[in-house]
Amino acid sequence: MKKYAELLIEKAIFLSGMASILFVVLIFIFLLKEGLSLFSDTKLLSFIFGRNWYPISDPPQFGILPLILGSFFVTLGAIVIAVPLGIASAVYIAEVAPVWLREILKSGIELLAAIPSIVLGFIGIVTLAPWLKNIFHLSSGLTALAGSIMLAFMAMPTIVSIVEDAIVSVPKSYKEGSVALGATRWQTIYRVILPAASSGILAAVMLGIGRVIGETMAVLMITGNAAVMPTTFLQPVRTLTATVAAEMGEAVSGSSHYYALFAIGIVLFVISFIINILADAFLHRKTK
Amino acid sequence: MFKNWNLKIVNCFVVGILMLGFATLVVGCGGGKKAIQIKGSDTMVNLGQAWSEAFMAKNPEIAIAITGGGSGTGIAALLSGTTDIAQASRNIEKKEIALANKKGINPKEIHVANDGITLVVHPSNPVSKLTIKQLSDIYTGKVKNWKEVGGADQKIVALSRERNSGTHVFFVEHVVKLGDKKNPNEFAPAILMMPSSQAIVEEVTSNPQAVGYVGLGYLTKKEKALAIATSNNSSYVQPSVSTVTSGSYPISRSLLFYTNGEPTDEVKSFIDYVLSPEGQKIVLKMDFVPIK
Repeated sequence: MKKYAELLIEKAIFLSGMASILFVVLIFIFLLKEGLSLFSDTKLLSFIFGRNWYPISDPPQFGILPLILGSFFVTLGAIVIAVPLGIASAVYIAEVAPVWLREILKSGIELLAAIPSIVLGFIGIVTLAPWLKNIFHLSSGLTALAGSIMLAFMAMPTIVSIVEDAIVSVPKSYKEGSVALGATRWQTIYRVILPAASSGILAAVMLGIGRVIGETMAVLMITGNAAVMPTTFLQPVRTLTATVAAEMGEAVSGSSHYYALFAIGIVLFVISFIINILADAFLHRKTK
Repeated sequence: MFKNWNLKIVNCFVVGILMLGFATLVVGCGGGKKAIQIKGSDTMVNLGQAWSEAFMAKNPEIAIAITGGGSGTGIAALLSGTTDIAQASRNIEKKEIALANKKGINPKEIHVANDGITLVVHPSNPVSKLTIKQLSDIYTGKVKNWKEVGGADQKIVALSRERNSGTHVFFVEHVVKLGDKKNPNEFAPAILMMPSSQAIVEEVTSNPQAVGYVGLGYLTKKEKALAIATSNNSSYVQPSVSTVTSGSYPISRSLLFYTNGEPTDEVKSFIDYVLSPEGQKIVLKMDFVPIK
């Protein structure tokens, strides 16, 4: 009897594991099926490197370079803000903070992850955008920078949790050895602990990037969504995700516009896939 | 710890699934309540909500669910059979009708209210009137500075709704293309695309250089509505209930319901209520314009 139960549970777990892979494959097949139809009348190069996104004109132009760059700008800005802050918070929580404060900080950061993105987007429109407009004397505060700041908040919980985890899992003997050699606490942190945790930190950055690049609602609300080639952080940009979210509802199914939005989905899928592969590679890298 | 954190996610997920399941149970066996699904125009969401609340107060045995997402979304939902009524702030397009016929759906149009598309600016903006031609020049990027249309020497920040909005489609055709579908005019890429009427109102309220367009119902005391003229030698008209009713305000449009074939049963009684004097009073209360 026991043996049957064991067998049953084993099979159930196996199926669950397989199911998630199956779902990903099915989603990817669906995306490919819909997205690749676009390339029967649009060239791949003119899609990726085209500078004009006029999906409902006659004839339509599907150039997603401004959208790719828009996503790139917002993501880069968010990572530049979130990574130093995230690593610093994680070091403080793991190494410096007293126990009672550690618990409060950890729950606080996890709460940050619980704020819905539409709420952050709304806060961004009402407070952050006017504020940026006045500081930089812009004609509008809805810019790539506004998106970066808001998304940095969203990527923080991911980064802090993973980096903190990586720091905690550094063997105690490293720390003790370093202190025994006469290193100060700060020297121990940045010469011993951070290098030992570096693979975890890189993975955290990668996952943070993944989190930011896939974010839709907040970006749709605060980046201004103008499909121009971005040159600075202080101008409106349109991201890949915002484009899909904003236009899917109006795209007539079966039109090139509809296929183009799925093709954007493929591009996003490929980007996330690469990021995850890299994160995985860093996580499983043998520490020297 | 990361492990705990993972567990938390799994827990949330499980709870979420359970709640979803529970919700479907409740809807599925809601004590024999009849349900009407209404999807579509963001402009009309609040109006639809007001109608359905008043209607449900009188007919407690009928439950009505209203969602926005844009006129195109509503019509797409009607074509895929996931809604009873599609709310639209633009007319159904030829290709949509073709697609509907292919799917064996026969969209029927019902005119339920009118709306004036209102151009809003910050109250401190000296500009208080524009012609349709000037608006078209602003949105195609030919005019970039307020001083070219009688304002201060400042860059114009032009705001538009996203492409999933019926208001956007209507505005392109009647303002940007000057009422001619064949006109090659296009939105300039630099125009800011906002996800909702509310987002346009927020930006205009806090930005003296902005101009945007919303339905008459979204106008508050914190923005200034521009008077609009069809051409240089016609008179400028302020948007209001009376000017939209009389047809003198140049950018007004019909708000529509689309159903699959003739409405029956509870959908019919809801639409009858919407078209009744009482339903049309609600239109007025929500700052839209009645049809009669």
